[in-house]
Parts: sequence; C-alpha cells; structure tokens
Amino acid sequence: MSKSKKIQWTRKHLIGISDLSREEIEFILDTAQGFEKFSTRSIKKVPTLRGKVVVNMFFEDSTRTRNSFTLAASRLSADVIEFTKKSSSVSKGETLIDTAQNLEAMGIDIVVIRHNAGGAPKLLSRSINACVVNAGDGFHEHPTQALLDVYTIRQERGSLDGLKIGIVGDIAHSRVARSDIYAMTKLGAEVTLIGPPTLMPASVKDLPVNVSYSLDDVIEDLDVINMLRIQFERMGGNPFPSVREYSHYFGLTADRIKRAKSDIIVMHPGPINRGLEIESEVADGPNSVILKQVANGLAVRMAVLFLVNQAAVSEGRRN
Amino acid sequence: MAQPVPQKTLIKNGRLIDPRNNIDQIADLYIDDFQVTRIGKKLTDSADHIIDASGKIVAPGLIDIHVHFREPGDEEEETIASGSAAAVAGGYTSVVCMPNTNPPIDEATAVEYIHRMGRQARKTFIHVMGAITKDRAGQELAEMGLMTQAGAVGFTDDGCGVQDTAMMLRAMKYASMFNRVVSQHCEDRSLAKDGVMNAGYNATVLGLPGIDPLAEEMMLWRDVQLVKKTGTRYHAQHISTAGSVKIIREAKAEGLPVTCEVTPHHLLLTEEAIADYDTNYKVNPPLRTQKDIDAIKQAIHDGLIDALASDHAPHLQSEKELEFLTAPCGMVGIECALPLYRKALIDAGVCDWSQMLAMLTWRPAQIIDVEKGSLAVGDRADVVIIDPDAAWTIDAAKFYSKSRNCPYQGWTVKGKVLYTLVAGEIRFQDKG
Amino acid sequence: MEILLNAEQINDVIGQIVEQIRSDIPADTDVAIIGIRSRGEILAQRLQSTLEDYFSGGILNGTLDITLYRDDVNEPKEVQPTVRSTEIDFDITDKLVLLVDDVLHTGRSIRAAMDALIDLGRPRLMRLAVLVDRGHHEYPISADYVGLKTDVDESKLVSVHFIETDEKDRVIIKS
Repeated sequence: MSKSKKIQWTRKHLIGISDLSREEIEFILDTAQGFEKFSTRSIKKVPTLRGKVVVNMFFEDSTRTRNSFTLAASRLSADVIEFTKKSSSVSKGETLIDTAQNLEAMGIDIVVIRHNAGGAPKLLSRSINACVVNAGDGFHEHPTQALLDVYTIRQERGSLDGLKIGIVGDIAHSRVARSDIYAMTKLGAEVTLIGPPTLMPASVKDLPVNVSYSLDDVIEDLDVINMLRIQFERMGGNPFPSVREYSHYFGLTADRIKRAKSDIIVMHPGPINRGLEIESEVADGPNSVILKQVANGLAVRMAVLFLVNQAAVSEGRRN
Repeated sequence: MAQPVPQKTLIKNGRLIDPRNNIDQIADLYIDDFQVTRIGKKLTDSADHIIDASGKIVAPGLIDIHVHFREPGDEEEETIASGSAAAVAGGYTSVVCMPNTNPPIDEATAVEYIHRMGRQARKTFIHVMGAITKDRAGQELAEMGLMTQAGAVGFTDDGCGVQDTAMMLRAMKYASMFNRVVSQHCEDRSLAKDGVMNAGYNATVLGLPGIDPLAEEMMLWRDVQLVKKTGTRYHAQHISTAGSVKIIREAKAEGLPVTCEVTPHHLLLTEEAIADYDTNYKVNPPLRTQKDIDAIKQAIHDGLIDALASDHAPHLQSEKELEFLTAPCGMVGIECALPLYRKALIDAGVCDWSQMLAMLTWRPAQIIDVEKGSLAVGDRADVVIIDPDAAWTIDAAKFYSKSRNCPYQGWTVKGKVLYTLVAGEIRFQDKG
Repeated sequence: MEILLNAEQINDVIGQIVEQIRSDIPADTDVAIIGIRSRGEILAQRLQSTLEDYFSGGILNGTLDITLYRDDVNEPKEVQPTVRSTEIDFDITDKLVLLVDDVLHTGRSIRAAMDALIDLGRPRLMRLAVLVDRGHHEYPISADYVGLKTDVDESKLVSVHFIETDEKDRVIIKS
C-alpha cells in the first residue's frame, strides 16, 4: 500500500468527506493502518487520549456506530460520556446548542454527533470549541462510514484507482451514499448509483456519478458493490410498491452475484435486511467483506479521534 | 387622545417622482392639514418644517403588502410597535400585516386589534389581511364579510396555501361578494412535503429535503383556473420561479384579474447561499436559481410584476440557531428593502426609479384597493424622501425591528431613506 | 553541520555493538530485536543480519511505532507526529527483547517504547542498544549496548542518516 504524502492535519472537526482532499483522505487511511491490529492485541488500549473526554451525542437510534465510537475512544483511553436523546422538532425550548454548551461547560474535548437533521454537526462546530465528529447527519454525510468503506476496498485491492463501484438502493435518503460518492470518486473510482428513480435525489445528474435503474444491466462490470440498507422509516410515501418487487429488481441475490465478476467485493453498511436488499448466501459468502468493514470501522474511528485531537492540540487552544 | 395638530411642511427642490401621475421632475411640495396642498417651483409659503431635498427623490410613501409583525402571539420576535418603527425607517407609510399570528387573524375583533395596535404605535399605517379559512386550517371559511367590515384589505392563509381545490373555489366565490382580493401563498403540500429548500443540487449535496418549483407552480396554475371560473381578484404572493412567471404572464395576457408580488431575496439570493446550512437563508418559498431570478427580472422589465413586497419575517436568534430542518422560515428586510431593490433592479438595468417606485406605491395600493400611493394635490401626505446614491452598510444590530435574522448583514448598499412622513407628520428622520 | 561518524565509522560502531551483545547474551537465548521507527528499525535490521548466525534459535524482528505512547502527544509542536503501524507479528512474552534506537538523548522515546512493548506482552528481559548515546538524559534510562558514547551540547541535534532512507550513512550534529 502506498504511503500518502506527509501532511499537516489541521481539521479539528470532521463534518463531511466533501470537505476533504484526496491527500487528507489517504492520510486518515494511513493513520488508521496504525490502529488496525489493535483488536488482536492482549491489551487493546493505548494511552494517547488519556484524560480527554469524548461525548457520544446521539439524537437518533444507532447501536453499531455508537458502540464503534465508544470502543474507539476507550481504546485511546479517553473517558466517554454517552448522551442519547430523541431530537425534538419544536423550535422553542432547549436547543442543540444549549445542550452542547452545557456539556462543554463540563470540559469536554470531542463531540461525536449523530443527528436526524442534516447540518447539525456543522451547526455544532460553529458554536462550541470542542472537536466535532459527524457520526451521521440526516441525509447529508456519514464520513466515518465512507472512510471505513474505502479503507476496506484499499485493503482488498491496494487502491481504488479505476475501480468500478456500484452503490445500490435508497440514494435519496442515504448519507452513506453521499459520503461514499465523495470518498470513492476522490480516490479515483468510478461510481454508479443503482436504484429506482423514486429513490434518486433531485439533482443526481449533477453529481460525479453514473446512474442506472437496472442492477442487471451493470452488475457484470462492477468491481465493488455496496448494498445500502432499505430504511423504511426514512423514505416516506411508498417509493416502491413492495419489498418483493424491490428485491426482484435491486436485491443482491445468489443468482445475480453469479453474473458478477468472480472477485467482486460485496459491501453493506449494516445492519442488513437479510432477504431484502441482500440474500444471506451472498451476505455470508466469500465475496462479502461486511465483517471486515465493521473491524476496520474501529481503526478508522480511532484514527479520526486521534487526528481531530491532534489538530486541536496544534491549534494550541487546548492542552 | 389629543387630536394631532396639522403641521405645515415644505419640501424644496426635490426630484418629485409620482408614478401614479406620471410625474418625474424637480418640484417643491407643500403639505398642510395632512394633505398635499401645493406642488410647484420655488414655493415660499411659511412652514413649521422646511426640508431641502436637493438631489433627493421625493416620492409617495412606500407600501408593503406583505409583512409579519408577529403580534399577537410572538411579541418576542416583533410587535406592531417595533415593526411599525422599522417600516417608517424603511420608507414605508403603509404595510399589510399577514394573518398567520397566534391566534391567527380570522375574525373581525382580531382585525380591529391589529388596527388599534397600529394606531397606538403611530408610525406607519397598519392594514391587515384576514385568513381565508378558520384557524388557517384550510377547512372552513372564515368570516370574510365581518372582517371586510372591520377593514381587512384582503384574505390569505399565508404561511401555507389553501390545499383543497374545492375549498379554494368556495373561498373565491364567497370573497367576490365583498370585492376583496384573495391572496395566496402558493405551495402544494403534497409536493413540498417536509422540504426546507429548493429541490436542486445543493439540497442533494446537503441532504436536505427539497421543495420542487412545481409545488408553487401547480397551485398557482390551479388558482388561475379558479379565477377564470369566479372572476375574483386574485393575488399571488412572493412568486419565486420561472414557471410561475410564465403562468402569470399567460394569465395577464388573457386579461384575468391576477396580480403578483416578488421579494428582495428572490431577486438577489439563490439556493447556493445555503451551502453552509445558514438558516438566515431559510425562507418559504425557498431561494431558487439564477435562471428563476432572470425570469423574474424579465417579468419586472415587462411590467408583469405588480408589487415589490418585503415579506418581512422576524424570528428569534435562538430559533434561527436551530438545525436547518427545524429552524423557522423567513428573513427580516423591511428596513433595507429599498436599497436592495435598487441593487437588484436599477443597478442591473431592469427598470428605472419611476417604474420601481410604481411597484412600491400605487400598484400595491390598487391590489388592496386603497387610495394611496399618489402625491397629487389633495392626496394624503404620505411621503418618503430618499437619497438615491447614499451608500451605507447594513447592520442588523441597528434595526428598529426586534429580530436580527437578516441575510444581508454587512452588505454595502446604495439608497437611503432620509424622511418618512405619514399624513404630513414626520415619523422618521435619518439621524446619521 | 559537523560529521560525527562517517559510513565506515558507523560500520565499526555497529560491529562494537554486536561484540557487546555476543559477549553479554548467550547464543541459545530466545531473542527478538525490535527497532523503534524509523531509524531504529534500520539499525535493528542491520544488527539482525550480523547476529543471525550467532543465535542458535534465530532472531525475530519487529518494528515499534511509539507515537501513541509519546508523552508529548498532547503538546503543541511544530511537526505533528504521524501514526504508523507497529509490526510485531509474534508474542514477545518470555523473550529477551532487544530494543534498538538510533540516538539516546532524553530517554523519553525509550520510556514510550517500554510502555508500548509492555502492552504487547511480558518479556523476560529487555535490553537497549543505541548507535549513539549523546548524553543529557532526562529520565533514569541508560543503554546496555552503545556504539558511540559522546557528550553533545544540549542545544544541538544529533541526526542519524542511513543509506536506506537518506542516501548515505552518516551521523551529523546540527545546531
């Protein structure tokens, strides 16, 4: 794996992949490599963030991402505060900024935020001094998911340059898709979005991607296929008539995978709906890297926490 | 209350622009007994106030047919008193308050309350539109007749449009009995849904639900069909898309009694302003694209736009600091609307001062059917004196408005209101 | 810039380190040489190739990245540390771990390295080999095997160049 150029990491917030250059993305991935083997050590902890406080501020249900961040912070020896709250849509009463400033008054260093409103992490980063890491905001971005996705692909193939990657499913309501599009295209891959027109965002034609409404038309060309989770609670209305019909056209079935390249990499951000967007045989099959993605997520999140803290340190405002 | 004492005021050497009467010339204006009593050259009558308006524009007081002064219900954001002070600072001698207050203005005593608060504020004339439907819920007709008697100048459910077509048809039929204008915030909810900005590239990138231009256009088109059927005077509020312009153009070509207004933000700002989730740019209808701005400007050039309105919509800072999805829509602008129009229209060569002032004076007066916006002898002396070229920097902190949600903060603009006279009385005088 | 050691002299002092190790550590010892990134890594490889024949059981070789254990990781500094991976693919427990670094100065890197190693397992013995001990230790740490022991003024920097990464072998003093 090629080493990235040595750069100064200056971002104390990680809001979205759209903000990052190729060099910055590669720098995160290289840093993550330093954390990759932690899970196999007897002592899975380093003292790097000892005495630092990380707040996991989750306004939306999420077990996996939250656990992953909690573990990542713990392995760096940070203290972790779990803060979960259903976000309210009332415009009066305690606001997000109020909540964050309250926590900050207690001396926190990093806020990891998951929120159902796009832009909430950005808003937070403008109003508090602590580092802000976006753990998924609305339909906007989910940068650490994209980083672990490209990390996993790079681990498998060495590089993303020239790879053909398909992202299948509800693109319109997917923050993972948006972050993936930026990360993958910036690293040189060619991305094709695949799904029904009712699940494509308004200006998809202006994104640096191809669009296909037929998985069967494109599957043979793909080096990587990323199956998004169908999230009924996000979609609203009924963008497709039934699960059965969706699976028929866009499900990754054992039959369909036979027509793909034999070494196609099958990815899924999890948790999977077995039999809906992906059949069990494929999810558990030899092409699947779904569990590697989970493992790599930890390394990537450790790297991100380490780097934003380093940027804050460099800024000299913190100790 | 003591009767106001009529003041004699002589405004000398100004460039009198009175589009209603096709006047654009240097002239003196003499005001007595609340009215314009003489117009001429080198008037020498004695006066309580003599204002030298050399190099300035003297025009009928501006009329804003779309403001939100938030009273009753949200007095922390704005009151009729603070909004009125903001209005005269912006050169406005009459404004029309929208009924989407809390509770809404949907019956006669509420209309009277707004008028009373306006009289007490004693700054600008306060008009009000009543709601079309009870509680603005789009279900049952509000008491349009009694509200008309109380002085409502039109009807609207502004904030949202009347969704149900049969309901809207009934409302227009019924309103025709009182010869009041029915005014619509055109937005088809089934299309707009929970959208918070224009359904374009930025909405896709920011992951924010979009509002398709069709949401506005579908309702406008529908309403035009209802106008054909009922003949009721109809006004489209704050149109924002090229498609809406086309619909208006066709309706006017057919001679239908359809009017429309546009706002400064739909002339000066596009969806690109929202790249960083700045909620000061969250407004409904949403900021659109340059293509839409171009179409609206063309329509202004062609005389299709009847009124320039501010849609002055104050909100608390704490509310505007919410997540973009949750923050309320709207921006304040009544105190800087005039120079913004200058920038958007005159500087861009779209129209001249006379045409622009027409959309700020007599043409909106016609929409709400009041005898205003003219400065002939015998007319009530609602006057604004403008330094057309004075440059200044917009600073929301200095606004008379109680709210600061102004997207133009820090802009340097040209055109300054020096005096605002309402019924012959100087209600605002620029101090700086 | 002053040259402290040229290529030939470097060879000589590595030879001296090897001699010290041979006379101190029995040949049947279960030994692992672990270099501290990045110059220590190269020195460790050179030591390994010369000592391979001596140790009857062979020598394991690994590389240690100490960034995450540095005591100044949360101090503002001119150049940010870069995290790289630790490559130790074996269990260090019960082995003699020969820790290798290029220069011994404050002792802080060695402190960090010991902490990092202890998190990986429990060595039977830990020994330290350095190319240059330049003095001015700040922690109570000294090397067991030293190529060149010298006293360089505190304000100056001793910098080791190896042909693998820096075009030629030499040790210089920069002010």
